[in-house]
Amino acid sequence: MLAFVPRPVAELPWQIIFITVAIAGFGVIVLYSAAGGSVSPWAGIHALRFVVFLAMALVIRLFSENFVKWGTFPAYALFAVLLLLVELAGAVKGGSQRWIELGFIRLQPSEFMKPLVVLAIARFYEMLPIGQARSWSAIWPPLVLIGVPWFLVMTQPDLGTSIAIMTGGVTVMFLAGVPLRLFIGAGLAGAAFVPFAFFFLLKEYQQNRVLIFLDPESDPLGTGYHISQSKIAIGSGGIGGKGYLQGSQSHLDYLPEGHTDFVFATMAEEWGLIGGLFVIAMFALLLRWSTAVSLNAPSRFGKLAGGGLTMVIFFYIAINMLMVMGLAPVVGIPLPFLSYGGSSMMTIMICIGLLMGIERTTRQGGGGGRVLA
Amino acid sequence: MIRPGKLITRNSLNITFNRRTMLIGGAQGLVGAILAGRMAYISIVENERYKMLSESNRVNLTLIPPRRGWIIDRHGKPLANNKADFRVDLIPQRVRDVDGTIDQLSSILKMTPDKVDDLRAAMKDARGLQPVPVAAGLSYEDFAALSVRLPDLPGVAPQRGFSRQYPTGAAVGHLLGYVGIANAEEYEENKNPLLITPGFKIGKDGLEKYFEPQLQGKPGARKVEVTARGKIVRELGVQEDVPGKPLKLTIDGGLQEFVARRMGRESGAAVVIDCQTGGILAFSSMPCFDPNSFSDGIGRLEYSMLSQDERVPLLNKATRGLYPPGSTLKPMAAVACLQHGVDPEETVNCPGGYRLGNRFYQCLGRHGPVNMVRAIEKSCNTYFYAQAHRLGYDKIAMVAREMGLGEDFNLAGLNQRYGTIPDSEWKMRKFKQEWTASDSLNAVIGQGYVIVNPLQLAVMVARLASGRKLYPHLIPNTRTAPTLPYPPEHLAIAQQGMAQVVSQGTAARSKLPLEGIAMAGKTGTAQVRGLGSGSRGGAGVPWKYRDHGLFVCFAPVEQPLYAAAVVIEHGLGGSRAAAPVAKDFMTYMFDPQKAMDSLLAMEAGWGGNIQQRMAAEFDLFRARAEGRLPEPPTEEAAD
Repeated sequence: MLAFVPRPVAELPWQIIFITVAIAGFGVIVLYSAAGGSVSPWAGIHALRFVVFLAMALVIRLFSENFVKWGTFPAYALFAVLLLLVELAGAVKGGSQRWIELGFIRLQPSEFMKPLVVLAIARFYEMLPIGQARSWSAIWPPLVLIGVPWFLVMTQPDLGTSIAIMTGGVTVMFLAGVPLRLFIGAGLAGAAFVPFAFFFLLKEYQQNRVLIFLDPESDPLGTGYHISQSKIAIGSGGIGGKGYLQGSQSHLDYLPEGHTDFVFATMAEEWGLIGGLFVIAMFALLLRWSTAVSLNAPSRFGKLAGGGLTMVIFFYIAINMLMVMGLAPVVGIPLPFLSYGGSSMMTIMICIGLLMGIERTTRQGGGGGRVLA
Repeated sequence: MIRPGKLITRNSLNITFNRRTMLIGGAQGLVGAILAGRMAYISIVENERYKMLSESNRVNLTLIPPRRGWIIDRHGKPLANNKADFRVDLIPQRVRDVDGTIDQLSSILKMTPDKVDDLRAAMKDARGLQPVPVAAGLSYEDFAALSVRLPDLPGVAPQRGFSRQYPTGAAVGHLLGYVGIANAEEYEENKNPLLITPGFKIGKDGLEKYFEPQLQGKPGARKVEVTARGKIVRELGVQEDVPGKPLKLTIDGGLQEFVARRMGRESGAAVVIDCQTGGILAFSSMPCFDPNSFSDGIGRLEYSMLSQDERVPLLNKATRGLYPPGSTLKPMAAVACLQHGVDPEETVNCPGGYRLGNRFYQCLGRHGPVNMVRAIEKSCNTYFYAQAHRLGYDKIAMVAREMGLGEDFNLAGLNQRYGTIPDSEWKMRKFKQEWTASDSLNAVIGQGYVIVNPLQLAVMVARLASGRKLYPHLIPNTRTAPTLPYPPEHLAIAQQGMAQVVSQGTAARSKLPLEGIAMAGKTGTAQVRGLGSGSRGGAGVPWKYRDHGLFVCFAPVEQPLYAAAVVIEHGLGGSRAAAPVAKDFMTYMFDPQKAMDSLLAMEAGWGGNIQQRMAAEFDLFRARAEGRLPEPPTEEAAD
């Protein structure tokens, strides 16, 4: 580092800051076009939110690992109760409700649950005596920690978020060394469970989404319309795209949700394959950084939390992009840093902030062999 | 991986962690590669296909309905043309809230309740993209008011275009037919997108239908960029339509209208034929529907008025009305007699009837000794009874067919009922009975089994007058008709008889009011009630039992130019009802002003011209339908 740069500034994780600024900046450019060449209503707020949440992440970065560990279970408990309250409020009002109105902000407890489940399970494995790592007592508490929020979110019903919560939690269990055969067994049981879940647990509109995912052309004007139009937008963009502000699919409203869930299609129409590969590459760099953070972390908590948070971020990216390209059903999961929307950006930034904190702890401690980067 | 039983240490857990992280990282990388590959596949391999889909999303091709070819009369005067028009249709598939949309439309366009009901009924049966007409002929203000509210009214399609117009309205209804929106079956046949373009109409009846390919023209197209909600962003290009070709008819537009108007409040038909070519100059069946209202999509109320009318305005009586021709066949019978050697100067004594066996066949008067010409002039039944008894009707029937009676003419798709010219073979085939002398007597005076349509009567008299086998047609042609296989002297005798009918005989009151131009004709009265019923169809019986009045004629006598047949249903008699009509339209052909003056005087007495009378009738009908007026007493009760 250059000598005249003050140390706290020089020590900031510039690599990840550049990556997120690059993706979110591109998001601002895309949202500017999605609004028909206007800063309002999306691009400006998107930029502002990103700055605010980046600042928040940098604050989270400064939390000591002990503070995070200390706060994990109380925070988990608090948000589990809030989830229950949301559920009850929804039941009273009728219909599904996912947030608590706090006046200045709509608090969506399920969003916080994604990183909190990861932290709680990582904390649990850290506290577990090493000798019990493969025993029954290493398995059922995490399943409860996952199961409670999963069930509450599932019944909201919010299929996408409940799967995200489960994926993050199970990833931590996997990384913690729970025997592989249990995952294989659970995977097979899960496969057997799918038909049951499909017919008895999913609501009709969720069933339709799955069916239409399997055969989008069966309903070109209904639910399949989203996927069809998204593929048309991406496919018609070609290699170089139609040119900035030239996307007919998005500007003429053929592409639904072109500024939120299907923002990737909006981007791909105007920037083509080149834009798409740029986005995929930037996300790859982001995940490479976070994977390295978890590998390099000296503490077991840091390692497990880092791996779980990486998976939470990956889950957003992968499911969203698989969905817009017609490889996954429409589940309503936004694309980090590109989709317009505050709560998902906040979740991602909490994850990034926590990862930055783990990295900071690693650097300070100087311990642990550097595996990557 | 760690096997059970192996000692677990911090280090072994770290190794597991590192391995499993690499595994997950690898899986994530694989997903990334799949995503990149999938995107490349969609955007490179399938690029062309999706580009096309994107274009077909963006670009909307709207067909511009072609202007329909005019139908013009022999002088080039339009019988059917197009008027610039603001119209509005509903596209059922795009309408979200049918009732709400109809409510809004009815208030914006100030529609009457029966029109709103019609629209609701039409929307119930409507499917897909088949447009349902809401209103045509909108004022610019209404059109503009509607256009402003379009974003809130999905499925409403206002349009500036052209619509079919028949300047003389009901006068040409049965001749030209009408146009209308293609129905679902017609669209299913060839799936031509033009058929479901709002504002496009095809011929549904008459000449409009028969000459559809010629009249239709080629549509234009307007390419526009549209949003997913159908809002037009900008126009990308326009290709003008190619109007349909005009269709020229042999009809004389002025005469056509005059004849229709002169029929007045009567129910009947008239056909006028050009004696030089066989071209039809006027072809009228009254009362008639107004093809303008049919073409705009007729209301249920108006339709039920038309279908309930005992004068059957929906039936084309000129070709589909069958009537016993009565005495109008006598000149033709005379030609048949001459053919078979009857001496025209030979006289038959008429004591007021003819005795056949123990039955006495009535004549209308006691004519004393009559020769052939005088028998025609006085319409003496006795003379023709005697001749028919002598010759047998089979010989007369052959001449009748040669004259066009009983014939189904090939006439631009006009649907005809061609009736019966009976003979012994026909009777055997139909009833398994021998022909009797009594049958001959009935047939020769145009009763009994004989039944013809007005067009055939007009052809008969045109052939009789011209001596040529004229073939009736509506589209001008240059064919010359062959001469009839009868000596001109024979025809001259029949013509002479007809001339005397008008100059001094049964139609003496219908002489043309013109210097130097005389008309020849023959009256006929056809009984509606069977002869056996005992009561005649005179003025004292209800309208529907009264006798039909018929008249066939040609003019001028010396050099026939025009031949015509008129049938007035339940008009009591040929000389009373039919001949005066013929007199007036024949006058029109030589002195239009004079004829028009007398027509206007008559119309003043009838309660206005056709259009005014139809409007008044409809108002009355609507008032009764809505219960504002009591039902009229039936005629039977009144008598």
